[in-house]
Amino acid sequence: MKAPVQFKHNGSDVAVFVDGGASLLTALRDGVGDTSPKFGCGQGTCGVCTVLIDGEVHLACITLAETVAGRSVETADGLKSGPNLHPIQTAFMDNFAAQCGFCTPGMMMAAKALLDRNPSPTRADVIDAISGNICRCTGYEPIINAILAAAGSRQRA
Amino acid sequence: MPITVKTFATLGEAASALQSDRTAHFLAGGTLVMRAINEGDTSFSTVVRATDRAFGEIRPAGARVTLGAGVTMAQVMANGELSFLHAVARSVGGPAIRNMATVGGNLFAPSPYGDFTVALLALDATLAMQGGYSGRETPLEEFLANRERNTSLVASVTFNRPNPDAFRFRKVSRVKPKGISVLSIAAHLPANGGRIAGARVAYGAMAPAPMRAKSVERALEGRALDESGITAAVAAAAEGTTPQTDALASAWYRREMVAVHLKRLLSGSQ
Repeated sequence: MKAPVQFKHNGSDVAVFVDGGASLLTALRDGVGDTSPKFGCGQGTCGVCTVLIDGEVHLACITLAETVAGRSVETADGLKSGPNLHPIQTAFMDNFAAQCGFCTPGMMMAAKALLDRNPSPTRADVIDAISGNICRCTGYEPIINAILAAAGSRQRA
Repeated sequence: MPITVKTFATLGEAASALQSDRTAHFLAGGTLVMRAINEGDTSFSTVVRATDRAFGEIRPAGARVTLGAGVTMAQVMANGELSFLHAVARSVGGPAIRNMATVGGNLFAPSPYGDFTVALLALDATLAMQGGYSGRETPLEEFLANRERNTSLVASVTFNRPNPDAFRFRKVSRVKPKGISVLSIAAHLPANGGRIAGARVAYGAMAPAPMRAKSVERALEGRALDESGITAAVAAAAEGTTPQTDALASAWYRREMVAVHLKRLLSGSQ
């Protein structure tokens, strides 16, 4: 049986019908049409489906879609503002932090959750913040550098 | 297979729903149940939820602490009165998992998961169950011995606040800062006049469920935490353990390592 779910998606009200037991990831990709969160492991291990729910990092693949009713969901698709990239996106580009790119949306959302709470993180803070996100290209150093650079650019902005 | 999701306002109603459909699964943080759905587990077709506020509340009352079973690891880490559990909660998953994973869910996590439960076992926690033997406080150890057959809903977990110096926790994993347990150890070692009285030592990943290391507890009882006391405890470290072999470690390796890490935990070295 399909169930209706209404929530805020990157600031806009959306309403979708989901199958019983469907994940938030399915609701976002198949219902809303936002394919920025990816399906990786389906177990909550890899972090490519990382989104923010009411500002906190969650894994969309193991979040029951119905539990976000009335809440605010942010994805990597909502980072840009019109033609302007978010400082995190710019920093990822400038620091060559995307290799195959599959982990990038999840990494950026984990970074956003960190920087929204802690605008001046240490390297250790960054490593902890992305500890639930796996980069199978093993390009962690450029990713860590990009997040630290994004923090710097935010402080200057 | 389509899943039916039933959401209730109270834990009592949710517990009744679980009693009437013995295959139904209760969903708290989703880290176990949603994973099973994603993997195509067809052993259940009903998911039960509760929006009861009490389920997610932390209730310190003097020397006693009660955690609603829906309290997340992140909530534990954010609570200043639970500082003795911060390192334990931090050892579970990454930041996103800690925002989702609950105290109650951790009780059902199969080995080698369930590190928070290891700490609760060393704290002699009791569980308030809803449904079945409703209202009865069930000792955690008794619950763990029968958890595969459990159909009641765990409402909350209660334990005595330890003296911070008397509580220790250590998780051994190959990947840092986030890694699955090779093993974990929690110890509550209250001392009376320099001698340990009422030792509780618990292991994770050393049996199919978190277990008490009763030989170690007996070896420590009435002794000082000096070289001879630690040597006696370490000699008994692997007694009664039945670890599994998995991708992280062999059963043999776990049995060898538990003595090494128990020694480090008891002697306070890194």
